[in-house]
Amino acid sequence: MTQTNRLNTGGRIDRSQPVTFQFNGQSYQGYRGDTLASALLANGVDVVGRSFKYSRPRGIVAAGAEEPNAVFQLGATEATQVPNVRATQQDIFDGLVAQPTSGWPNLNFDFMGTFSKVFGRMLPPGFYYKTFMFPQAAWETYEKYIRKAAGLGRSPRVKDADTYDHMNQHTDVLIVGAGPTGLAAALSAARAGARVILADEQAEMGGSLLATRDQLDGQAAADWVKATLDELAGYDHVQLLPRSTVNGYHDHNFLTIHQRRTDHLADKAPDNISRQRLHRVRAKWVLLATGAHERPLVYGNNDVPGCMVASAVSTYINQYAVAPGRRLVLMTSNDYAYRTAFDWQDAGREVVAIVDSRHDVSGRYQEEARRRGIKLLLGQGVIEARGNKRVDGAVVAQLDPTGDKVVGGGRVLDCDTIATSGGWSPALHLSCHTGSRPVWDDEVIGFVPGKTVQQQLVAGAVAGTFTLNECLKEGAQKGAEAAALAGFPSQAVKTPSTEHWPEAKPMALFCVPHKKRNSRAPKQFVDFQTDVTAAAIELATREGFESIEHVKRYTAMGFGTDQGKLGNINGMAIAAKSMNKTIPETGTTIFRPNYTPVTFGAIAGRHCRDLFDPMRYSAMHEWHVKQGAEFEDVGQWKRPWYFPKPGETMQQALDRECLATRESVGILDASTLGKIDIQGKDAREFLGRVYTNAWAKLPVGKCRYGLMCHEDGMVFDDGVTSCMGENHFVMTTTTGGAAGVLEWLEFYHQTEWPEMEVYMNTVTDHWATMTIAGPNARKLLSELTDDINLDRDSFKFMDWRQGTVAGVPARVFRISFTGELSYEINVQANYGLHVWEKLFEHGAKYNLTPYGTETMHILRAEKGFIIAGQDTDGSVHPYDLGMSWAVKEDKPYSFIGKRGMKREDCVRDYRKQLVGLKTKDPSIVLPEGAQAVDDPNHPIPVPMLGHITSSYYSANLGRSIALGVVKGGHDRMGETVYYPLTDGRVVEAEICSTIFLDPKGERQNV
Amino acid sequence: MFYIYCPYCGEHREEEEFHPKGQAHLARPENPDECTDEEWGNYLYFRDNPRGIHHEIWVHAIGCRKFFNVTRDTQTYEIKESYRMGATPEVTHANDPLS
Amino acid sequence: MSEVINKTVDEATQVAIMDQCPTADVPARSPLAHQDQSSKVAPQNPGVFLWEDALKTHLVLRGDANNADFRQGIEAATGLDLPEALQSTQSDDWALGWIAPDEWLLTGPGDQAFAMETTLRKHLSGHYAVINVSGGQTLVRLAGPEARSVLMKSCPYDVHDRNFPIGKIVNTVLAKSQATIRRLGENDWELVVRRSFADYIWRWLMDASGEYGLHLGQPDAATAARQSNPSRANPVEG
Ligand SMILES: [Zn+2]
Repeated sequence: MTQTNRLNTGGRIDRSQPVTFQFNGQSYQGYRGDTLASALLANGVDVVGRSFKYSRPRGIVAAGAEEPNAVFQLGATEATQVPNVRATQQDIFDGLVAQPTSGWPNLNFDFMGTFSKVFGRMLPPGFYYKTFMFPQAAWETYEKYIRKAAGLGRSPRVKDADTYDHMNQHTDVLIVGAGPTGLAAALSAARAGARVILADEQAEMGGSLLATRDQLDGQAAADWVKATLDELAGYDHVQLLPRSTVNGYHDHNFLTIHQRRTDHLADKAPDNISRQRLHRVRAKWVLLATGAHERPLVYGNNDVPGCMVASAVSTYINQYAVAPGRRLVLMTSNDYAYRTAFDWQDAGREVVAIVDSRHDVSGRYQEEARRRGIKLLLGQGVIEARGNKRVDGAVVAQLDPTGDKVVGGGRVLDCDTIATSGGWSPALHLSCHTGSRPVWDDEVIGFVPGKTVQQQLVAGAVAGTFTLNECLKEGAQKGAEAAALAGFPSQAVKTPSTEHWPEAKPMALFCVPHKKRNSRAPKQFVDFQTDVTAAAIELATREGFESIEHVKRYTAMGFGTDQGKLGNINGMAIAAKSMNKTIPETGTTIFRPNYTPVTFGAIAGRHCRDLFDPMRYSAMHEWHVKQGAEFEDVGQWKRPWYFPKPGETMQQALDRECLATRESVGILDASTLGKIDIQGKDAREFLGRVYTNAWAKLPVGKCRYGLMCHEDGMVFDDGVTSCMGENHFVMTTTTGGAAGVLEWLEFYHQTEWPEMEVYMNTVTDHWATMTIAGPNARKLLSELTDDINLDRDSFKFMDWRQGTVAGVPARVFRISFTGELSYEINVQANYGLHVWEKLFEHGAKYNLTPYGTETMHILRAEKGFIIAGQDTDGSVHPYDLGMSWAVKEDKPYSFIGKRGMKREDCVRDYRKQLVGLKTKDPSIVLPEGAQAVDDPNHPIPVPMLGHITSSYYSANLGRSIALGVVKGGHDRMGETVYYPLTDGRVVEAEICSTIFLDPKGERQNV
Repeated sequence: MFYIYCPYCGEHREEEEFHPKGQAHLARPENPDECTDEEWGNYLYFRDNPRGIHHEIWVHAIGCRKFFNVTRDTQTYEIKESYRMGATPEVTHANDPLS
Repeated sequence: MSEVINKTVDEATQVAIMDQCPTADVPARSPLAHQDQSSKVAPQNPGVFLWEDALKTHLVLRGDANNADFRQGIEAATGLDLPEALQSTQSDDWALGWIAPDEWLLTGPGDQAFAMETTLRKHLSGHYAVINVSGGQTLVRLAGPEARSVLMKSCPYDVHDRNFPIGKIVNTVLAKSQATIRRLGENDWELVVRRSFADYIWRWLMDASGEYGLHLGQPDAATAARQSNPSRANPVEG
């Protein structure tokens, strides 16, 4: 196919570089510098999609981010699929493959088309709510097909072939938009020495200057753009970001910019280069120079391909050398749009007529039209487009002076393109993101940004300043102001100027009336992407949806991926009119991030796959990997879960690890336990306040177990703390609780007891900790140390000693989480692996067996030792746990949790209390979380007694064991409770002591 | 994403470095054991939820590990000031006991 | 109370002290010892150099900066001025960086931890603390003309020249972990990272450096000279 609409001269495309691409299975050619939209128009492609609800053929209507129809699925392979790409923002490259996302199963015949024909006019606003929401269960089925037919794109089904990343930026001034305003602003700010980021969503910076034929100081506008960009690029403190959409404006001047780094180069990014980048920018000052979007006028059948926004037509002609048709009818309510007719004519095409809704208007633009011999139809409007897959005529009728109704009969003008302009809507989306409410401006005939709490300025069209000379001036001035506010006193740069044609007053026209009432007229589309018509909005207001936010939700206006950039103001105007209100009275909806769709890849950045989350390793991690350990995530730590031997099931490995430990000796990597070094003369008193038990008399060389509660009296962490010196303790915490406990201690120190002389620091990572447990633990350790007296009467249970283990200075703690004779060896982590390996060298003869967290859990459960966070859940106090021995109530200071435990609810009877549970059938291992009841046959609702918190098969006991909470459980020893399971079984269990093995604790005192 | 001034580091830092710790200026009762259940319950559970000026504690968790106070407008999210533990806020609302 | 323990308690502070380095010949494994730290095929013109400055002494010092005795004690023991907020001081062997108003990090030769701790205790008095964390963290070095870009990809903190002059030290977020970042030279940065996170951070930095050309290891003299050239044009944005 040839580029039938391509002009021979002009434009910013490079005719020496043809580019071949595919759309909808067909191959096309364009030029480097083309967007997908301009290339399709050049090739005379009229239909690019089907509409959301009515499945009508749709064509390209705009040239920028506001495009509602040409939204495609991109990607030559499954791994490079990208949905929701605006053809107007995508450069073409060789090998580009694009598919329309709407119109399933294809553009010419589709499901929804047939559907809406069969069901006729059964698709009113609220249609989805009214039709598909009942029965609710069926929605998931409907939704799948509706999404597919509606054309919302899809994500790739295989792993994305590309990478995405983030860049954190800080700047004095962020300028959004590199049109005339933004460029002038950047010059001022940059010359002042401020750090400047200038971001623009288009491939080339320059904005409207790239598509204008206006001259600046007698030179082509593009020359000024080039000179300006060259100067800016020369500054170290300036960053230019083309193809970068500022998508979100968040709190405290934090903005996100979505940069498409390689989307214009190839289907897949080059190796080592991220395809897209999310810039996370903290700006001292932000200058919005985002321009404005031209509003199309609403009229009958205004969605037939060939109906376009006037300025877009000019852009395609001037920037891309594409005249998207032959015979143009231009309809406008303002002078500026006349330029499109002039551009069209100068491109060698026929202007059938300029249809101006204003009755009495005469000035420079009208003179020029007459000079050019263009037919001028004043006080008239295009009330209806004719044609199906392409415009073939425009019905023109006389309007009354207010534009409220048709007063004269229509006639048909023969044409293939209808360009319309209802004026310009400031692109104030980013300002809205900050919570600022837009303000209606009668002169602008649009909303302008309202007050904001952000450090934000606005300039140019977004502020309602539309003429080029004023935009340049205002840009230069606001750029200087932004720099000055950021601490760089400066002056506005001198800007070039152009000859200005005075413009007559525009008319506030939004919806061109039809001869018939809107509800009977051909569909007058307001929002193309969601297929919302003027009649639908009127119906919504008649049905009582008077708030504009409700109208929006009921009709779905503005809910497309274009967020209603073209249609919202028209919709609000129509709603206001049908309620006999003014637009400011009706109000406006506001825009939320993101301005245009952002890929999930860009949001995730490099935080994915093996960099998704930190994996914390102990000093012995390599060894565990080599031994084939299965790992468990505990917080961010990778802890060995169990160490299967070849061919072993998990249960077999656990049984072996459990038996070996109780029969001879096992070893656990306990390095992950939190360790907090506490020094200072008030350290002991501090411990007394944060733990529930006594610390006043713990001698140097001794260790003690402690429970930590919140002020409400509920246990949140536990661990052993050792007295290293009179003013020195090392506290251990649970693995997952380490950071939280330190922050908790600091909170009390810094906010409640700043007078206490105590310093706390984490030493978790500093010490490698290995626990050897089992009857042969002492024998094994004795082989590796000669300066620690291991004699049972010298180095007693809950003592710690300093010495040398395997040649490495060590602190050895005789503490036990298994109930066995047990030593916890701590060495500086750089030597951890060495000591660990030495233990194995000597341990072979004792069958030294490494065990992981699961065996640790089983062994401790056999002894009834709790795990904070598993057997406790924030609603359990020490008495509930049967651990009154760990609470010392008569300490002089009312320790944290003491008063909480005395609240009425904490001292009542029948609280859930921790008990042991033995299933009647010893082979059944109850699922954790199973609920206890007294009578499984009780009618629903069955009173619940509590749940299982820990449950395992114990090889040592040859049966299952469980811990759980049961209401009043401490007084119910020997009684039976029932656990109805989800599979229908009811498991009978006996309440027993939490200590299943060695109740007198003889095994650890050997 | 807030940008928070740490009065100890003397710089603004990204919100990622901080943890919020709730309402500020709540002193632990001198003698908890003498509090009624109601008094203790008020200390433990009841918090202000103002529309507007709110004094709150933050900790510079990934930074200097210091706790400090912030006066923040809960409506606009503006941070009006940061001040050290023990200091009184300069920005207060009409019925603020701290004013 | 055993003999062993008595001997290991500092008299004045009643705090346990311990020379944690073995006297025997025992191999030490730094947190990144398992990572291959040398490029087999180094890129032509690397934008980034990455290496571990392993097995150094790391001592956390706690005390009152407003206490003249404490300041003088630190200065006498280390030969370094106690740095102000977000600053560091540096001698040939030792560096002292501000962490918090009452906390500093002293780094230096790996075999000097106990000697330095002992010296510090000799010169300090009152309420202070010295905590040996040498096993708990390591130094990762990042150099080269694109080192700053790698930091921008990794940290929310502003590492621009105007905000991060040489000598500044900042504890901040790095990827989803954290690091204490110190600027040693024009293109020379030091990251203090926790042992357990070191592998994650190393892999993150390698990944972030990929597009600039990564050389694992220190720059030699020749590459160091080349490195002072301004950054290469970016293949994408250039
Ligand atoms: Zn701080």
